[in-house]
Amino acid sequence: MFSIEQVTYKNILSVPKLTIQEKEITCIVGESGSGKTTLLRMLNHLISPDQGSITFQNEDLMDMDPIELRRKVVMLPQTPVIFQGTLRDNLEIGLRFSDKTPPSEKELEETLERVKLRKKLDENAQNLSGGEKQRLALGRILLMEPEVLLLDEPSSALDDETESLIIQTFVDYAKMYNKTLIMVTHSKALAKKFADRILQVRGGEVHEWDH
Amino acid sequence: MNGIIDLSILQVLTAYIFIAVLMIILRVKGIAREKEVLISSIRMTLQLVLVGYVLVYLFESMNPFLTLLVLLVMESFAIYNIIQQAKSPLSKELKKIVALSMVLGTLTSLLFFLFVVIQISPWYDPQYFIPIAGMLIGNSMTGISLGVNRLADGMKNQQPLVESALMLGATPKEAAKEVVDSAFDSAILPTINSMVGMGIVFLPGMMTGQILSGVSPVTAIAYQIAIMLGILGSVSLTVILFVQLGYKSFFNERAQLKTD
Repeated sequence: MFSIEQVTYKNILSVPKLTIQEKEITCIVGESGSGKTTLLRMLNHLISPDQGSITFQNEDLMDMDPIELRRKVVMLPQTPVIFQGTLRDNLEIGLRFSDKTPPSEKELEETLERVKLRKKLDENAQNLSGGEKQRLALGRILLMEPEVLLLDEPSSALDDETESLIIQTFVDYAKMYNKTLIMVTHSKALAKKFADRILQVRGGEVHEWDH
Repeated sequence: MNGIIDLSILQVLTAYIFIAVLMIILRVKGIAREKEVLISSIRMTLQLVLVGYVLVYLFESMNPFLTLLVLLVMESFAIYNIIQQAKSPLSKELKKIVALSMVLGTLTSLLFFLFVVIQISPWYDPQYFIPIAGMLIGNSMTGISLGVNRLADGMKNQQPLVESALMLGATPKEAAKEVVDSAFDSAILPTINSMVGMGIVFLPGMMTGQILSGVSPVTAIAYQIAIMLGILGSVSLTVILFVQLGYKSFFNERAQLKTD
């Protein structure tokens, strides 16, 4: 699905060759500052490599419409951003940004249920706790049903139990709907439990991590 | 109406007693601002005397090229001033956008005001052309100055918000919408506020000047209403042009936020 060749970015990341398979769960582990987020941002085309090429479904990212690409390959940043308004506004905004039809009431309720957020849709989203905001942001991209989900430390603000539940939700979702899931995580245990494939980023280089 | 009392030089000099009193107070209180007060008073006096003679010359010569030259000087000064006073250095592209929106926005409003609203003749009559150009350009300059700072700050401080929207497949226009709207707001708010307080909180300078010079308050008010609408139009037009073109300079052709 993604194929990376001879890519370098500043002196943060250098990847001679790497492919990421379609419909797989890929976990990216490594210490903070090692370049994990940079790799994810490149796949979302939020930044372009200084050298080398990245292809998505055999097409070079530089030849694709960046907006169309991001609508297929959606990314969730480590610190989730909450937009002004209610929970409903925040769930709908992803679909609005990507010009898709707004979700039904039932879909919205189901999404809250999926991310274990027991709140009212018309509550102000700014009043949520850090962990709740993270779950809301996760719900937002679940609703978008993109082909590829890029999650940067999706559970950093969650307690262990919720973390496991939420990741399980995403893994099940990806498996059921044949989606590709690429997830940066600090937890090797989590990676071992859920990943089809684990990549380790160390000192700007990416290695296969055998487990 | 009575004519205006002509001020003799001696009468003007007596007004400097205000400055003398202020200087004594500053000295006694030990506030180290004497130099600034003195310099700004002298600057003000010299600049106004100079501009007085220039205006007399312009009015008497009635030359279309001179009127256009004054317009050019005012536009250049305003653009230079906006760029100089920006809190953080502006990119080359943004500077061009400042210049373009100032020129387009103020000229459109000015031409409409002079030829459709007031209908001056000849078209270059400096008595109308120059002061009205000054008011439109001056107020638009203040508006864009505020807008520039708010836009640049917003794109920097709200970067996570803008990037998050991009990550979800938003176009740069949608991603920057909140920042752009708030820049527009902050740029036209002073003009709107001054309209709200006008006539109650303060009497505007142009109107006061006309009344002092013997013009009927009714005429003065008619002019004031027209010029306020003109100013609001000019400020809004220049600022809309600026923010609509300006946000784009923060993105590259791959719809990515420019770094550094």
